[in-house]
Amino acid sequence: MLSFIGRSIIQKIITIFFVSVVSFLIIHLAPGKPSQVDPLNPKFTPEMVERFRKEFHLDKPLYTQYLLFYRDLFTGKTVSWKDNQSVLKKIWERFLNSLPLFIVGTILTWTLSFPIGIRSALFRGGFYDRSATFFSYLLISIPGFFFAYILIIFVVTHFHVPVIGMETFGLGAASLPHLVMDRIWHLLIPSVLGATGGIAVLSRYVRSQMLEVEGQDYVRTAKAKGLPPEVVHYKHALRNALLPFVTMFGLILPGLIGGSVIIESIFSWPGMGRMAYEAILARDYPIILTVNFLSAVLVLAGTFVSDVLYMVVDPRIRL
Amino acid sequence: MKTYTKNSLQNIRTEESITVPRKTRFQESWELLKKNKLAFLGLLIFVLFFFTAVAGLILTSGSKPYLDPSTIRLQEKLRPPLSNPNLKTLRPEETPKLGIYLFGTDDLGRDVFARMLQGAWVSLTVGFVAVGIAVLIGIFLGGIAGYFGQNHICLHHILITLILFTGVVLLSIGNMYLSVIFLIPGIVCILYYLLLKKRSVKKAQSIWLQMLHKKAISVDTLIMRVVDIMLCFPSFFLILTVVALLPASIYNIMIVIGLTSWMGTTRFVRAEFLSLREQDFVTAVKALGISNLRIIFRHMVPNAIAPVLVSATIGIATAILTEAGLSFLGFGVPPPYATWGNILSDGKRFIFDAPWLTFVPGFAILIVVLSFNLFGEGLRDALNPKLRERY
Repeated sequence: MLSFIGRSIIQKIITIFFVSVVSFLIIHLAPGKPSQVDPLNPKFTPEMVERFRKEFHLDKPLYTQYLLFYRDLFTGKTVSWKDNQSVLKKIWERFLNSLPLFIVGTILTWTLSFPIGIRSALFRGGFYDRSATFFSYLLISIPGFFFAYILIIFVVTHFHVPVIGMETFGLGAASLPHLVMDRIWHLLIPSVLGATGGIAVLSRYVRSQMLEVEGQDYVRTAKAKGLPPEVVHYKHALRNALLPFVTMFGLILPGLIGGSVIIESIFSWPGMGRMAYEAILARDYPIILTVNFLSAVLVLAGTFVSDVLYMVVDPRIRL
Repeated sequence: MKTYTKNSLQNIRTEESITVPRKTRFQESWELLKKNKLAFLGLLIFVLFFFTAVAGLILTSGSKPYLDPSTIRLQEKLRPPLSNPNLKTLRPEETPKLGIYLFGTDDLGRDVFARMLQGAWVSLTVGFVAVGIAVLIGIFLGGIAGYFGQNHICLHHILITLILFTGVVLLSIGNMYLSVIFLIPGIVCILYYLLLKKRSVKKAQSIWLQMLHKKAISVDTLIMRVVDIMLCFPSFFLILTVVALLPASIYNIMIVIGLTSWMGTTRFVRAEFLSLREQDFVTAVKALGISNLRIIFRHMVPNAIAPVLVSATIGIATAILTEAGLSFLGFGVPPPYATWGNILSDGKRFIFDAPWLTFVPGFAILIVVLSFNLFGEGLRDALNPKLRERY
């Protein structure tokens, strides 16, 4: 166990090193220079460009830039090229905005997909199962932005509530319940959108896991013993079917930082995804690289957590 | 006596032909697929979409297209679907060929039907080319990892690659003189090792050469680590970054989507190859002395193709969605071309006045992607040997 943890940490550090190199190269070798973002701006004189390049080490060779960038990142001194603010602080602010979306979305995904998946496994081949299957494919296939517009039209025309942004602008003096409801309305639709794909995929996965366990011998034994069906399904089958999902807790970690670029830009939600999108538009390399680096770290941390959890919950696995 | 045996033989033969129906694997899968109604519907829609896209290409391209997606009629803007054109205000070359705006017009009075047809071809090619690139890379790398995975990369391989790489980089920078210094020794080294391999001479090696020939890492580990590294990138964000940095063009989008989605295929192919390599028919083919390439492409790839096909079908759906998302964010195919994503993205400003500009492309993407997903899942079931009937 300890040796596995040690080995995988070393492996992950090597991976993260290569990820940092590759993302740095992708950004810096792409055509176009960050100093040419706004060539038509009359204030952008050649001297300004020169100062800009010098300030952000763009005149140095690539490997020096790489070392300088990651030194700054680890000491927390990286600044955005656009407004000279600390990158980590900016990301943290946006992260706090994205967090409610992520939490509500995750709760929706995990609370809805289990009942749906279990029910369609128990009534396999029935009307419910077939319609659940079809709807989950529908939800996987629908483009997020299109679904967002359908929902916006629906909510705005039927409930007459504004949904764009984090809160309604200029609602300062309203009563507390009104404010809370306003916040909830604004939060609900983007999180539902963020959760749709997850619900569809996870409920299919729950269904297949449940079906596999229901076919096992011990479930048949439990049925043969004359146990009531609820006990068979929920005590004998479900508990064993839940095993792989423990590991999926690790895999939702990357979602923390990914944010959805498209959904956040439709709803003008000032979260991580939108910040990344704006950084790409402005060629703000420090932010792009930091977001990329952090999400790679989270992916690796997620797989690590899920491996360890799997070993803890499943005694059959010895690595 | 003679006739008796003949008869009995005939009997046996007819019995055999009853008990062992000679169906190919393809026929079996086809019948399984036909039973799955949703998947079959998916296939039908897919075929329909394919012909629509080809028809769209023929009808809307060329210098004088039959249906012109870029004719601007400002006096006819935002007409709802199925409305008749106001012929008095239009010049003869501007009248829609169908005599009716089937899907309405957009904010510049362009015929949405013609634009949708043009966009169908874009979606189709983006999906197929991107997935084609991903599948080729996936089969290539997965095949190497699965088949040659146990071979080791030695230090001298790495050194030679580094020397050659430096040479090529210097050449591309334009430093002729230095690049020659790196390139020539590199090529000489390769030739030397090739010669050594051909003669297969076993000599006592000096300690330095032994150090050089130390095994560093197995091919399998190397490729799988590369896959791990690629999987660390948030894919849509990476695609967005690269597409935003590169000049806008449809080919860049295809290539970038392809280059960022080959990891799944690589893993499937590697896993299949690892299990196939141990099977008897591969040993038999090897014993016949057939070359490695022929073993891989003639005997192993056809047996490993089923999961690749399934993931490719679903990959096309994902690629179409990704392209639509990019177009929606404004990084898609540049403007003269219409794609479903940018029709929708242009239409979002008129969502309450002209909802068809959102709903027509939206439902088109939804139906096509859904059909690909359903067909892919049906294919997975049809190609699954566990579900096949045993005779």
